Amino acid sequence: MLLLKELSEACGVSGNEGTVRQVILDAIRDRVDEYRTDALGNLIALKKGNGKTTRKVMIAAHMDEVGLMIMHIEKEGSLRFHPVGGIDDRVLLAKKVLIGENKVPGVIGAKPVHLLEPKAREQVVKFKEMSIDIGVSSKEEAERLVKVGDYAVFDVPFVELGGALRTVKGKAFDDRAGCAVLIELLQDRYPVDLYAAFTVQEEVGLRGARVAAYSIAPHLAFALEGTICDDLPKKGDTSPTTVLGKGPAITIMDRSVIADRRLVELLIDTAEKNGIPYQFKQPALGGTDAGAIHLSREGVPSAVVAVPSRYIHSPTSLLSLNDLENTVQLMRQTLARVNDLDLTR
Amino acid sequence: MQIKEFLKKLSEASGVSGYEAGVRELVREEFSQYADQIRIDTMGNLIALKRGEATQAPRRSIMLAGHMDEIGLLVTKLEKGFVRFSTVGGFDLRVLPGQEVIVHGRRDLPGIIATRPPHVLSPEEREQTMPLDKLFIDVGLPEEELAQLVRVGDVITLQRQFTELAGNLVAGKAFDDRAAVACIAYCLQHLATMKHSWDVYAVATVQEEVGLKGALTSTFGLMPDIGVAIDVCHGNMLGVPEVDTVNVGGGPAIAFGPNIHPLLYARLVETAKAFEISYQPDPTPGPSGTDAWAMQVTREGLPTALVSIPLRYMHTTVETLSLKDVERAGRLLALFIASLDEAFAQALGLKSE
Repeated sequence: MLLLKELSEACGVSGNEGTVRQVILDAIRDRVDEYRTDALGNLIALKKGNGKTTRKVMIAAHMDEVGLMIMHIEKEGSLRFHPVGGIDDRVLLAKKVLIGENKVPGVIGAKPVHLLEPKAREQVVKFKEMSIDIGVSSKEEAERLVKVGDYAVFDVPFVELGGALRTVKGKAFDDRAGCAVLIELLQDRYPVDLYAAFTVQEEVGLRGARVAAYSIAPHLAFALEGTICDDLPKKGDTSPTTVLGKGPAITIMDRSVIADRRLVELLIDTAEKNGIPYQFKQPALGGTDAGAIHLSREGVPSAVVAVPSRYIHSPTSLLSLNDLENTVQLMRQTLARVNDLDLTR
Repeated sequence: MQIKEFLKKLSEASGVSGYEAGVRELVREEFSQYADQIRIDTMGNLIALKRGEATQAPRRSIMLAGHMDEIGLLVTKLEKGFVRFSTVGGFDLRVLPGQEVIVHGRRDLPGIIATRPPHVLSPEEREQTMPLDKLFIDVGLPEEELAQLVRVGDVITLQRQFTELAGNLVAGKAFDDRAAVACIAYCLQHLATMKHSWDVYAVATVQEEVGLKGALTSTFGLMPDIGVAIDVCHGNMLGVPEVDTVNVGGGPAIAFGPNIHPLLYARLVETAKAFEISYQPDPTPGPSGTDAWAMQVTREGLPTALVSIPLRYMHTTVETLSLKDVERAGRLLALFIASLDEAFAQALGLKSE
């Protein structure tokens, strides 16, 4: 999936999604009947249905990634930062970042091991104690290159690892994987009016999805995600949430939404009829755009389908192209049938 | 030879302690441009000889040592499709989560040191550093495929692309101590245009990070008259007291203390002053933690010195230094070597037979 590479390497931290939006627009412009960008930066595209339908289906994939914001420049030129979205402090040390529109390179340094007291090695370094080094030695020099308020992303190139699972690694698979799936879906026309919402600011509170759902007023919705895949060896009987290679993950319930049972049954039935592997995401973890969409206006039946991605919210994530393609397949077949779904209570 | 390009090649190569072949060839290729003779000893040290112009006996020699090995990891176990590992050399484990690596199995496999996403962690878990027995490497392969390609004992290199920062600063892995190897190459390049009486042994040593082993054995084999180690020392950074560091961009640090012969220190400083090369004194009250410590007590002992390149974030993949400091150190060493003569040998009390 060449587009996943371009999407992954594009920079778009919550609140600054413009570059990603442009990549997506260039890919879908000729495939859709209408598109617009709203006040928050959501890209909403319409692919009209091929029948006499008036049913509106919204599919959301968020463009934003977690990253950093520069908060302060120290006298000696190093930069203090704050995470945008949820990032575990423990993945930040000794990583490379790119800052601002000009992608100024910087490194998050760590005290040399030689100078650490033994006890200090047991303590987690908090992001407030870290700084980014861009190679200058004064605030004035720094201000020629960056400014307070600049966004920073992790500098991680996309790489194919191959193997039986056709794994790839890169940044921001949460949720450029979802965006890649949605772009693929827009190749075809379905019996329903498809509103593809490439949303903003999911990572800071599902903000874009909320307003997009209001303006679209869909009859039902799906959120596409790159979701938690925690299938590492662990002591004790802890669920992996999802497992790499076992196919698209269907949410039953997470922290933000209880998926509409009828949509879930449709997804399962579609997967089974088409021989598409699928799995269930372990209940009660994480939140997605569906959390905001399902409460829009008087309520919207919603479900979540996700590509299992290891190491989301850290610099380098990893997924299986088999899972990505099966997610496209599942959604494609589901959209072909969703017009007939009885949504009366 | 451009320092930046050569350092980039060295930095991105793989050469964990004990497995230096990956980087040694790059060094051999570069050093051989200036050397009269080049060989590799039993341990894998690369030894280049550039002969001096002296015609009378005794021939005097100086050995320059910079280590080409880097810290790395080693496969200890395969577990459900993931790789468990232990460390080679000194690590702060806290810099490992999320770090990219290459596992050198039956083929090179890019991988990631695995982490659990914040969504599944309790606040208490996020307060704990991840110990070695909770760290795994993921190369994205299913269990059966992994077992075909990776074995216990396979070496793992940390991965980082060489990065140019502002103002002649660069960041990358293994600058400890490949910056010194680049510095020595630069020194040899200079010497090629100068006259010097003493023979110069430029040695890219092995296994420094696990006990100065290459220095021990190569010095024994060469038994030079004096030895100078080139290494890296702690560069200034936020949160570390000034007393513990020197300034990146302030010039090479010249060490002084029990590991250093005072006359060598004096001559290095004199040279720096005479040729207006910025330098910084580096008081070293005990073991220098470098090849100089091993060199000094080989056989009957020899006068040693240490020149260090200021380096931030040592033993991480974002080690940061100033290219200017590498250049200054190289020039300083060349001028120092050019100043070595029989009078200095006498002052050092070197035997005259």
